[in-house]
Amino acid sequence: MTDKIEIRISGLGGQGVVLAGQVLGKAAVCSGKNAVQTQSYGAEARGSAAKSEVIISDDKIGFPMVRKCDILIAMSQEAVEKNVKDLKEGGLFLIDTTTVKNVPKTKARIFKIPATETSTKVLGEKLYANMIMLGALVKITGMVNEESMEKVISNTFPEKFVSINIEAYKKGKELARILFP
Amino acid sequence: MRIAQPNTYFWQGNEACVEGAIASGCRFFAGYPITPASEISEHMAKRLPRISGIAIQMEDELASIGAIIGASWAGAKAMTATSGPGFSLMQEFIGYAFMTETPCVIVNVQRTGPSTGQATKCGQGDVMQSRWGTHGDYSAIVLSPNSVQEMFTLTVRAFNLAEKYRTPVILLSDETITHMREQITVPPLDTVKIINRKKPRAGETAFFGLEVIPPMPAVDEGFNVAVTGSTHDEYGIRFTADPVVHKKLVERLNNKIRNHTEEISDFEHYNIENCQIGIISYGCTSRAVHEAVEKAEAKGVKTGYIRLKTIWPFPEKTVRKLAEKADKIIVPELNLGQICYEVERASKGLAKIIPLNKIGGGELITPEELLAKILKEAEKND
Repeated sequence: MTDKIEIRISGLGGQGVVLAGQVLGKAAVCSGKNAVQTQSYGAEARGSAAKSEVIISDDKIGFPMVRKCDILIAMSQEAVEKNVKDLKEGGLFLIDTTTVKNVPKTKARIFKIPATETSTKVLGEKLYANMIMLGALVKITGMVNEESMEKVISNTFPEKFVSINIEAYKKGKELARILFP
Repeated sequence: MRIAQPNTYFWQGNEACVEGAIASGCRFFAGYPITPASEISEHMAKRLPRISGIAIQMEDELASIGAIIGASWAGAKAMTATSGPGFSLMQEFIGYAFMTETPCVIVNVQRTGPSTGQATKCGQGDVMQSRWGTHGDYSAIVLSPNSVQEMFTLTVRAFNLAEKYRTPVILLSDETITHMREQITVPPLDTVKIINRKKPRAGETAFFGLEVIPPMPAVDEGFNVAVTGSTHDEYGIRFTADPVVHKKLVERLNNKIRNHTEEISDFEHYNIENCQIGIISYGCTSRAVHEAVEKAEAKGVKTGYIRLKTIWPFPEKTVRKLAEKADKIIVPELNLGQICYEVERASKGLAKIIPLNKIGGGELITPEELLAKILKEAEKND
């Protein structure tokens, strides 16, 4: 049995789904795993469908795209409609409830997280929702070391944005702890 | 930080390309941003000025390649990076670099064409263009990386081949490989083999002939150098009507590459001695192969593959060896069929060549699709 986890983070351009994937992949590599992160977005800078995929494995990774995901993070209604069919039975389905209103029936385990709303209320802007979702993911799965994640956030973002992104990440962990004890 | 410290990183392919170039000694970059190669310009602009190098954004792609040719004659190792539309614009100057024997590296990150096509989506439609895009009798060296690690190592190799053979070298990558992030190990710099162009001794005057790969002076080193894209003799003197001078020059330029095919060729292979079905792939498409082959073998189909790291010059002898063993060779490509014809030519009817093509939307050929093709072809008796 090989330990291989395939994750898709989907939403709209501008929500930071690509960045969230990068941070997750980097954290996995820092903890000694193999990781590949790919992305897909439209020609527009904002507003079109965007996704970021991360494969984390103990073995060498061949095909870099996610075909069936173990974990799906959806940050827009369109992302849900488009991607839910690729989620494995019994997989984890993390939903931003601020941006997704209709949750379809699936055989996945659903985690509803008010990420964008929390970002706006607590941090003043909606753009930290990606780190909130990432925090929730780490808390729910324990897939990467919580501290190494913080370290990666601090050396990925420009200095003046480090603390607010770490705050968002911690907020995500806290939300998950309260909502899914 | 002068050169990236030896370590394991989680880099994007485009970033690894820049670091490979810098490790090779590249200190001049000129480019015009274009998806999916823009990050190369971006990183070069960040990195080169800090290590006494120069990164310029030019007015277009013609000027970009013109600038690197000039920089190379000023003695620098120089590179440009672009994608399909820009690569089309660079074709004339690629011929000029070839004719004037100017070492330089041109990175083409392939996206979906023709024309503007799908700017953010992966494709492999420029394979034949990379070989035949410029006019006249020409031989190309074209490398094809398939991982972030190879974006580093093959960029180093591109510079080494350019310097060794005094010719432009094309690094033909694609959107998938350059935009994805993977772990990459940067080796200690003293373990990276670096080749530098041969310099003339004082008093030498023949920079375009007497030897197969002549020495190259830089401007301001005290040599009289005439550089021209017109037919010229060993000393750079133009002969625009003489058939003998032209034949001698252009045959030498082509032969210095063609006669070194074995040395330039680089590929990875698996089970080619004992397979019923062979697969020949390169770049992003090759990432589906190993999984498909393992699954085919589990179902009892003897399968092997060649993965081309050098596309041009084409490794005819190696492909022929595979054709002697395999009944069929499947050639997966993200285009409507390009290398499959070269495989067909090289295999001389010894194996049946089966193209497997996909275009548009940046969707790769999946291991499942390739496996289905392998199983179908293994079953069919034709």
